[in-house]
Amino acid sequence: MTNEVVIKTDKLTKRFGNFIATNEVTFEVYAGEIFGFLGANGAGKTTAMKMLCGLSKPSSGNATIAGFDIYKQTEEIKKNIGYMSQKFSLYEDLTVIENIQFFGGIYGLSDKQLKAKSNELIETLGLQSEAKKLVASLPLGWKQKLAFSVAVIHEPKIVFLDEPTGGVDPVTRRQFWDLIYQAADRDITIFVTTHYMDEAEYCNRISMMVDGVIKALDTPANLKQQYSANSMDDVFYELARGAKRKSD
Amino acid sequence: MTMADVVLNNIVKTYNKGEVKAVNNVSFEVNKGELFGLIGADGAGKTSIFRILTTLLLPDSGTASVNGCDVVKDYKAIRKNVGYMPGKFSLYQDLSVEENLNFFATVFNTTVAENYDLVKDIYVQLEPFKTRRAGKLSGGMKQKLALCCALIHRPTVLFLDEPTTGVDVVSRKEFWEMLKGLKQQGITILVSTPYMDEATLCERIALIQNGSIMSIDTPDTIIKQYPDTLFAVRADNMSRLLNVLRSNNQVKSCFSFGDFHHITFQNDNERSQNELIQTLQEADFQDIELKHITPSIEDCFINLMN
Amino acid sequence: MKQFLSFVRKEFYHVFRDSKTLLMLFGLPIVQIVLFGFALTNEIKNSKIVICDYAKDEATQQIINKIEASRNFEIQKALMSHKQIEEAFKEGNTKLAIIFPTNFNKDLLHLNQAQVQIIADASDPNTANTLTNYATNIIMDYQQELMKNNAMPFRIIPELRMLYNPELKGATNFVPGVMALVLMLICVMMTSVSIVREKETGTMEVLLVSPFNPFLVIISKAIPYLFLSLINLTIILVLSITLLDMPINGSVLLLFATSTLLIICALSLGLLISNVTQSQQAAMLISMMGMLVPTMLFTGFMFPIENMPVPLQVICNLIPSKWYYTIVKSIMIKGLGFSAIWKEILVLFGMTCFLLVVSFKKFKTRLV
Repeated sequence: MTNEVVIKTDKLTKRFGNFIATNEVTFEVYAGEIFGFLGANGAGKTTAMKMLCGLSKPSSGNATIAGFDIYKQTEEIKKNIGYMSQKFSLYEDLTVIENIQFFGGIYGLSDKQLKAKSNELIETLGLQSEAKKLVASLPLGWKQKLAFSVAVIHEPKIVFLDEPTGGVDPVTRRQFWDLIYQAADRDITIFVTTHYMDEAEYCNRISMMVDGVIKALDTPANLKQQYSANSMDDVFYELARGAKRKSD
Repeated sequence: MTMADVVLNNIVKTYNKGEVKAVNNVSFEVNKGELFGLIGADGAGKTSIFRILTTLLLPDSGTASVNGCDVVKDYKAIRKNVGYMPGKFSLYQDLSVEENLNFFATVFNTTVAENYDLVKDIYVQLEPFKTRRAGKLSGGMKQKLALCCALIHRPTVLFLDEPTTGVDVVSRKEFWEMLKGLKQQGITILVSTPYMDEATLCERIALIQNGSIMSIDTPDTIIKQYPDTLFAVRADNMSRLLNVLRSNNQVKSCFSFGDFHHITFQNDNERSQNELIQTLQEADFQDIELKHITPSIEDCFINLMN
Repeated sequence: MKQFLSFVRKEFYHVFRDSKTLLMLFGLPIVQIVLFGFALTNEIKNSKIVICDYAKDEATQQIINKIEASRNFEIQKALMSHKQIEEAFKEGNTKLAIIFPTNFNKDLLHLNQAQVQIIADASDPNTANTLTNYATNIIMDYQQELMKNNAMPFRIIPELRMLYNPELKGATNFVPGVMALVLMLICVMMTSVSIVREKETGTMEVLLVSPFNPFLVIISKAIPYLFLSLINLTIILVLSITLLDMPINGSVLLLFATSTLLIICALSLGLLISNVTQSQQAAMLISMMGMLVPTMLFTGFMFPIENMPVPLQVICNLIPSKWYYTIVKSIMIKGLGFSAIWKEILVLFGMTCFLLVVSFKKFKTRLV
């Protein structure tokens, strides 16, 4: 982890009519950091993430992602980031190899680079015998691991992960985090949201969104001390309990 | 001896002409009035089992019964008496809270008033929003409404398929409180969930992976059956610690668990523990902590998976 | 029963709370009527005509020979009296009648002019126009020949009469077609989509695990669309009568009764489609391809059926809207009653029963 700032936001806001989904959010993320972006459903996490990925235009405020402006340089942002979510990661009706080739192509890898990367990926994940099979036939855990590897195939500066381990068995979950650690070691910044509080502990720093605002931002150890909690679970519960938006 | 309310015998279910084995020779029983948890990841076979028990799918082989009625031959009787909440909270998005509840009551030949006592504690939280369209409710509210709709006809057995998935942490806790309250009314409840921490809230659980049951018992008994002594270890650099532990041949298993790593030793004695601490100190780790802990269900699950 | 009514009430809620569906439901017929201002004209071959020849002389014989030789006409019958003409038209196949007066040849020779009466079935005004043109041309040809041989100007004056639709209103052709199209579209597509939507959102699962007979779930979905279709029908008729001067010469009750029959037929088809599809998109696609397009092509209001090669004509007989189209034209434009169209009604009834039985049998009480 270095001191280079890869994400910087300044009062980033998104309004839908009268409803303020994300309210003047300000924070910084450093290169190679594993940053946990937590919050209950409806707290404004997905809206914020969409803005950071260049998918949604903010209503007001500023931000730079990997040095690019969030209003004027969204295409450059997209070239320098990776994205993976629980809902969509890969094309089920393409094979493993076809998916790798497709996404590699989209991210601008040359044929030579792509070939080298494909082999490396398949080796690392142990998918040699599955390479020509449709992704739909893989168990969920393997799909998620493959999806993550594809999301970082172009060695982006930042990778955004939206609940990547939802519903996956405990062993695969940990294997997934091994991959995340390896990526962080290569100085890729990880911006991840999750509902598993033990995964919050694996992050360098955590932010908690409640009702569209960041209510806490610190290392897991400091947060536990601050809220006199034994686990991140209790910290989360403490902060989420006062939320007004849960009944909306 | 308590009567078994739900019985499965050697149930097998495959998809795609036998290519995908979703349920692989599963047998278990649930007693009357029990709060039973089916714990496993996505794709483990939980939904298939629930659909077979609620008569929505036919098993390839094996038999099952609910309330003494066979799921294949007496499906009509079962459909009258069970409550079912499928994974997607199937409610009518464009009907209001009230309209949804009234509708489901009518479908089951009853009225909201008749069984209101059963759902009252849950419904009072929804009442301020009763004219709101179901599609506009938050995840936690939808979950409560779906539960009311599944209960409104006073079923004898309640099947809840992943009711806490996608719901915020506060609502999840509230939901389990509601289930405990329902149990007191004598309803048999089967819940499936991928969340290991919810397992301890059930009376008995079945751990399922790849269509097969790995273990069925009370959570305490399963924990007691953990074969080794479990330790938690931490130091200043957890990522490096993980690698060091994995390459250490004294360590049998090592898995990260939040702010500690859980390990077991090849040789279960005090010498192994001391040797490890020494190894870590020599590797320049600071703030080393090694302690003996009771396994959690997740530890047991991981152990059974291998 | 109370349960069934609560289902029906819920279905009405769904329909009225979905603005996109409502727009399609009521906007569509209006758009269709405006769009179908343009009908298509094709060359018509082998149209069946009848001839009533009072003269039976050389001139008429020659003209009749020419007509027989023409590929546009097929002489169906030689009538004894012009009173039989009405009968011939009512039977439905005859498109044109030609009447030669008693002294045709004599008039030509002595007065240098004679008259011919051409009567056309103008409920399809395009066809009528075209056919009378063909007939007139043939007669003019003959006139030319006569003039070449004998230096005297002969004039044969055809007197045209357009039956049933003297003003040649295009509306009479396409309004019944639009009625058939709209009813089929609404009932087939909307019903199948609505049923499949329950499957997609998962509410169908919950309904199956209940004592309520699932088949009644389906029927309850059909009912709002039955009512809305009848309302739609009324709107189309009112628009046609006020804006397009469309006549209703026959019984309105019979019109609505036969329309209800078509609606039920279409609803059964929608049901059948929903049984075999899992997604709303598939339901829409099948409805479009398997129903809308054949209805447009094979009902007979865009392209005359007589014009098609025989295999396609057979296909037309399988399309319910084709029979409905004939029924509607007979009632509205020709003012006919039940006795004239009972065959078509029977065919439509048979199709409906068949579809209902098949979809009932295919209905699944379980998932998959």
